[in-house]
Amino acid sequence: MKTSMKRRVFLKGSVASGALGVAVGAGLLTPQAVLAAWPKAAFEAKKVPEAINAFMGSETTEASDKIEIKAPDIAENGAVVPITVSTDMAAESIAVIAENNPSPLAAAFEMGPGAQGYVSTRSEGGRPALRQPQGRQGDHRRLRRLIGYLRTPRRQPLKH
Amino acid sequence: MSKTIKIRAQEKGGVVTVKALMTHPMETGTRKDSKTGKLVPAHFIQEVTCEHGGNTVLTALWSGGVSKNPYLSFKFSGGKNGDPIKLSWVDNQGESDSIEATIK
Repeated sequence: MKTSMKRRVFLKGSVASGALGVAVGAGLLTPQAVLAAWPKAAFEAKKVPEAINAFMGSETTEASDKIEIKAPDIAENGAVVPITVSTDMAAESIAVIAENNPSPLAAAFEMGPGAQGYVSTRSEGGRPALRQPQGRQGDHRRLRRLIGYLRTPRRQPLKH
Repeated sequence: MSKTIKIRAQEKGGVVTVKALMTHPMETGTRKDSKTGKLVPAHFIQEVTCEHGGNTVLTALWSGGVSKNPYLSFKFSGGKNGDPIKLSWVDNQGESDSIEATIK
């Protein structure tokens, strides 16, 4: 258990840019401390690919019908947009991204042992447009999935 | 007793559903105060952790993109009726709070 945790952290750390990845490699930080670290770069990223890259370690995403998103087509109140992400896959982490926000990454969830692929929260976004929840699982064979849809008054699905 | 967190954890068929509501302004740092015209400093919960049986079952990393008075719901397996769980949050200004509850 412990080794696999470390391995996962290292894989994550090694793809992250900058000092943190180096620190992990040199064993300066304990795995717990790394897990607990708030991914500043990911949250401060201004573009969706940057945010995904900073958090997931790669910006390649894959569409999947195995992730279910529940969110209103048009938010009644932009400050409170309920969003639920659920999946049967053993997700390692789930990110909620609001494309039109100044900082797109709204929330990220790291699933611990026993956690089911389900999170529900309320995000905010003046003009919530493309929502791209992502599930991630495995080490090297990380599957990155994406479903997005455009929230337009005409309710046109953009991507699936 | 926590003043800022309300929590409920229910077990059904081996899966525990946790629902929590926190009281927090969740300021993004980009909003202007309508009276003074100055930016309201960022003040948001950065990390919410939930522990059960010595394991951290979920870590939520948040930014100002999560709504005011945030709601969080998630599920995990392996919890039993009567088990204690602990939920805590830390914000970007160093404030924190935690609550302990039992699974029903």
